[in-house]
Amino acid sequence: MRTYLEFEQPIAELEGRIADLKQMDGVNVSEEVQKLQAKADQLLADTYARLTRWQKTQVARHAARPHFSDYVKYLVEDFTPLAGDRRFGEDAAILGGPARFRGRSIMLIGHEKGSDTASRVKHNFGMASPEGYRKAMRLMDMAERFHLPVVALVDTPGAYPGRGAEERGQAEAIASCTEKCLSLGAPLVSTIVGEGGSGGAVALAAANKVLMLEHAVYSVISPEGCASILWKDAAGKGESKAPEAAEAMKVAAQDLLELGVIDAIVPEPLGGAHRDIPLTVERLGDAVETAIHELEGMSPDELRAHRRRKFLEIGRAGLA
Amino acid sequence: MSWLSNLTPPGIKNMFKRQDSGDSLWVKCGGCGEMIFRRDLEASLQVCPSCNHHMKISVAERLKHLFDGGIYETIALPEPVMDPLRFRDEKKYVDRLKENRKKTGRNDAMEVAAGSIEGLPVIVAVQDFDFMGGSMGMALGEALIKAAEEAVARRRPLVVFTASGGARMQEGILSLMQMPRTTIAVEMLREARLPYVVVHAHPTTGGVTASFAMLGDVHFAEPGALIGFAGPRVIEQTIRETLPEGFQRAEFLLEKGMIDQVVHRKDMRQALSRLLRVLTKTGAVATPARPAIEMERPKAAGGGERAAPVPLDKAAE
Ligand SMILES: [Zn+2]
Repeated sequence: MRTYLEFEQPIAELEGRIADLKQMDGVNVSEEVQKLQAKADQLLADTYARLTRWQKTQVARHAARPHFSDYVKYLVEDFTPLAGDRRFGEDAAILGGPARFRGRSIMLIGHEKGSDTASRVKHNFGMASPEGYRKAMRLMDMAERFHLPVVALVDTPGAYPGRGAEERGQAEAIASCTEKCLSLGAPLVSTIVGEGGSGGAVALAAANKVLMLEHAVYSVISPEGCASILWKDAAGKGESKAPEAAEAMKVAAQDLLELGVIDAIVPEPLGGAHRDIPLTVERLGDAVETAIHELEGMSPDELRAHRRRKFLEIGRAGLA
Repeated sequence: MSWLSNLTPPGIKNMFKRQDSGDSLWVKCGGCGEMIFRRDLEASLQVCPSCNHHMKISVAERLKHLFDGGIYETIALPEPVMDPLRFRDEKKYVDRLKENRKKTGRNDAMEVAAGSIEGLPVIVAVQDFDFMGGSMGMALGEALIKAAEEAVARRRPLVVFTASGGARMQEGILSLMQMPRTTIAVEMLREARLPYVVVHAHPTTGGVTASFAMLGDVHFAEPGALIGFAGPRVIEQTIRETLPEGFQRAEFLLEKGMIDQVVHRKDMRQALSRLLRVLTKTGAVATPARPAIEMERPKAAGGGERAAPVPLDKAAE
């Protein structure tokens, strides 16, 4: 059973009718099915070619969107999940460990949002606490020690704004993790695969190469948060003005490529990543492989210098 | 405020009402509620003489107090593209910028200055909370990078006074990118082995805390300063409970190991001088202010991984 987003309702109706027709016995409906299927495909293509930034935000947050566990399943082999920051605890909002990616040894790190109620709670909806960032730092240290490229997958509404997280130094953990990314002596390729929420995302994305899936979003604050502050839309928790905030902040991958913030966009299957997870992961794999290949010949110092140059240049040129 | 409303005649009430206009004679303490004569407050660096509540101090006042003789050089800052996203909410971002420039007389939310504290040359960057809540956008990122470059070029320590509500939302992702960009500024100082001290003033939250503000060699904070990643309101909404008194305040962060000292504003000059003189191997203030660092010689000819000690203020010459 496919989950449709609100703006996908016309597509849902067509696809529903097709499914109904297919179930009818003894009647020759194949011609009708074909006609409807063509119509549905066209509608899907048209809709997804013209997604607003707010609609993209919903696609990026889609419950069935591929999550870290899907990338583990389809992207890598021989994954050994590692746990704990060796200081305080284990935070399942960020997962990671060494794995084999198309014949190479890598360190895979990423947010996990969970895919049902129990796992969402376990992974805290992908909102990491300081332990998550400190675990990521631990894994990056290990990657550097064993000369492993780091592949990071970013998918978080933001770092967890909880009491314990604050008490244990959420700000320090994010800052230090960002610094770890920048100073890492191994190639670092980060992809925003779903939601790139603020500092909680950037802590894993100060990378040599930053990629985004086609309908992923990446922003300094959620559209709802921005709306509630700037449009004083606190009563509606920012929801009513969120579409405007998403437009104004330019949260889409296409915007970020234009602003020089990301390096490449990975195309999603028609209708979004959730419609064909293996294909999404394969395309991402191709892009990550290309990126790693470009970085592999660099020395640790060259990798650091590359990252520094890249981030210092952001905003200095090409903006009008 | 109730005693005022109840007991004072309208004329006097109006006089007190003007307390925030900037030129009234009296200011009400946000800590104990006492009315303080404005001139006294200026003399006490905007700290309440009764309860030690630290109020907002202007960038100019802070710099004047911090540097020897109140003398310093203002460092020219880069001017990045204004309004890269052509952002507008209920108001155009360019209009907000213009208003804030007029109000504060500065281009954006950070000022960088060079001067001496008890004889020790330093670079100081100060965030201006009055400029759009000290929010971090491209200009602030460039200012901090410039401050670090200046510190490296002149071989001086960098002291940053933070005060920020967080990100400049109107610059979208480019605001977020200042987190790694300012972190690069910190790394420049680390590589040059120059001390980097952060002084957290009230309030320091959001992307500023989660980047350069939490990466200092040493963290000082002013008493009572709110310091955190998420604001208290957001936390309370998330956990659906009321936070205890003092949560995220400087004293709380000291207890949690996130800052090194809570320093009263009047003691800041001395605290910074004492610390930075030791870290830069400069003689104590009582002795002639000649850098003692010259006495140390490089252990091996040709260097090794440690750079030969250079008098901190001489390297650039
Ligand atoms: Zn007081």
